[in-house]
Amino acid sequence: MSAALAATSGANVSIQYNEAFVRKFVIATIFWGVVGMLVGVVIAFQLAFPVLNLDLPWTTFGRLRPVHTSAVIFAFGGNALFATSLYVVQRTCRTTLFGGEAMGNFLFWGFQLFIVLAASGYVLGITQSKEYAEPEWYVDLWLTIVWVAYLICFAGTLMKRKEPHIYVANWFFLAFIITVAMLHLVNNAAVPVSFFGTKSYIVWAGVQDAMTQWWYGHNAVGFFLTAGFLGMMYYFVPKQADRPVYSYRLSIVHFWTLIFLYIWAGPHHLHYTALPDWAQTLGMTFSIILWMPSWGGMINGIMTLSGAWDKLRTDPILRFMVASVAFYGMSTFEGPMMSIKAVNSLSHYTDWTIGHVHSGALGWVAFITFGCMYNLVPALWKRERLYSLRLVTYHFWISTIGIVLYITAMWISGIMQGLMWRAYDSLGFLQYSFIETVEAMHPYYVIRAFGGVLFLVGALIMVYNVWKTIKGDLRTEESFEQPAHVPAGAAE
Amino acid sequence: MNHAILEKNVILLAVCILITVAIGGLVQLIPLYTMEQTIEEVEGVRPYSPLELAGRNIYVREGCYLCHSQMIRPFRDEAERYGHYSLAAESMYDHPFQWGSKRTGPDLARVGGKYSDDWHVAHMINPRSVVPESIMPGYPFMAETELDFGSAAEHLRTLRIVGVPYTDEQIAEAANDLAAQANPDEGDVDALLQRYPKAVVGNFDGDASRVTELDAIIAYLQMLGTLVDFNEYQPEADFR
Repeated sequence: MSAALAATSGANVSIQYNEAFVRKFVIATIFWGVVGMLVGVVIAFQLAFPVLNLDLPWTTFGRLRPVHTSAVIFAFGGNALFATSLYVVQRTCRTTLFGGEAMGNFLFWGFQLFIVLAASGYVLGITQSKEYAEPEWYVDLWLTIVWVAYLICFAGTLMKRKEPHIYVANWFFLAFIITVAMLHLVNNAAVPVSFFGTKSYIVWAGVQDAMTQWWYGHNAVGFFLTAGFLGMMYYFVPKQADRPVYSYRLSIVHFWTLIFLYIWAGPHHLHYTALPDWAQTLGMTFSIILWMPSWGGMINGIMTLSGAWDKLRTDPILRFMVASVAFYGMSTFEGPMMSIKAVNSLSHYTDWTIGHVHSGALGWVAFITFGCMYNLVPALWKRERLYSLRLVTYHFWISTIGIVLYITAMWISGIMQGLMWRAYDSLGFLQYSFIETVEAMHPYYVIRAFGGVLFLVGALIMVYNVWKTIKGDLRTEESFEQPAHVPAGAAE
Repeated sequence: MNHAILEKNVILLAVCILITVAIGGLVQLIPLYTMEQTIEEVEGVRPYSPLELAGRNIYVREGCYLCHSQMIRPFRDEAERYGHYSLAAESMYDHPFQWGSKRTGPDLARVGGKYSDDWHVAHMINPRSVVPESIMPGYPFMAETELDFGSAAEHLRTLRIVGVPYTDEQIAEAANDLAAQANPDEGDVDALLQRYPKAVVGNFDGDASRVTELDAIIAYLQMLGTLVDFNEYQPEADFR
């Protein structure tokens, strides 16, 4: 407990932390977030109105979809993880970055180069077609170099810490960095056709490749989008609420059970496929068990507000963070449920999966990131506060409505399509042709795209707010602190 | 155990993390390589012909797997809609696998032979010309783009390195086989079919003067799911 308290009780002002490169990561996070969400909106409209594919090689859904997923996961999420992990590790260790500003700059430009190489490849049709691991061999090699530097930088900073204990947020960041390295190396093992060409063939084949891919794919979620972002939660929620983490003991249990169990869950992406049943059953079992540590973490995050619940009314930044942890709780209940084979037989291959991913990606990953960025920007640019808290409130509600539209549309279309595929008429024939189920999706695809537009609008409000904050402007606005309450009977 | 030990030693913490996260993957991955039941023993599965492989690479390039699965599950409705459930053996030479995770469009695991070459040509150029409600992108550029497969032999040789049993003969004849499959009037089709039984040959896009990307992808689509003769298949032998 003492470590947790000490680490959250404010920075030592005498240390000159390396911050210039963190500012770059913050700007890159917001920039790529908008790019990724914009491409998401475009491909959502393509599904509703196929003419938007333009019949050109570079603009079809098949090539733009990896641009969207990589931009939001690796560019938006990745830059947010770099920014927060390298900011947090310095403060919780009371020391400067291992390798200093030069190391920070190498990581920044190295990672941006990775993003540009990957995205330009997708548009040109250079892909190895493994979901969330599409970049070809030469991009994978470059990422490996950047990632090893990241591990050295992060672990090196931990080693030269001035604090006796390593703070809990750093356990999560360290697990995220190590595990992503392991997954990346194994899943992307490939032999290039020629040294000067882009094409390679993955060394794994068929059923083994499928298992390796979803061992990777599910843990890209589990470690990149969960463990890393839980690291953010363990630093920024206590910071913003000005309370210590709810339970130190729960943090320990949460950490070790989460990282042990997550890695087993991959086969639930392969239910009823040609993957042997023993592996499917194992994947389902561990996915259901995973519900427990996930909710342990959610409770630890939300209960950190004990005694400070009133701040939810007055602090829209904290509201973003708490809503994100609530969405985390919701999608980590939905996920284990969908991993049950009977449920999965309906949900697999449908939009339900897409909806589930987005309740996690928009609700949890993006919301906690927005909260952290709103916390970081005034701190990094030494501003008194954000330009406007009202705009944060607008951002929050517009985005929330966007998420609700998105996930409800996908629930309905996914469950409807799953039921239509298996529907029989009274004579024992399949009731619907495939194309009839496609037609039935149309209204929900329009609603989903509109939900995406709202989420993008929210992000653009953030861009404006951050821009004005960095410029040094302060909007004069009424405080949320003192709502005008009138005693009963004093209305006249 | 006192957790403070781990909180004060970076190396120990990192090692414990690595062990903890490695266990699940090891247990799930290694038996798939060591257990013989993982892949069923069936007749007929063979490596892709050079033209099919070129088509498959276009399928990968365009991200077709993002909307089309190639994995039929063992359900009554899927069997009626798509055919016999998929076997692991049918994708044993797939680097990478193309099982997919989403069916925005229908499953393609057994699409081979279901539609004519002419239907595929029309559908690829403008899907809505044959399926008015389709939301698939059009790929008119494939009909105009000459197939650029580099050295077909190099592709086969690379695949042999990762375990696909291409013979020396198949590698030596790769360029000839590719030409013969797309232009049967001018190549040695018998030798091609000897090396790649059940390969579908023809002027797929109706233009015999050149081999286009459209030729390649249709050659690939027309062989999908056709290799195994399910009249011969004994599912009881493969309970696992």
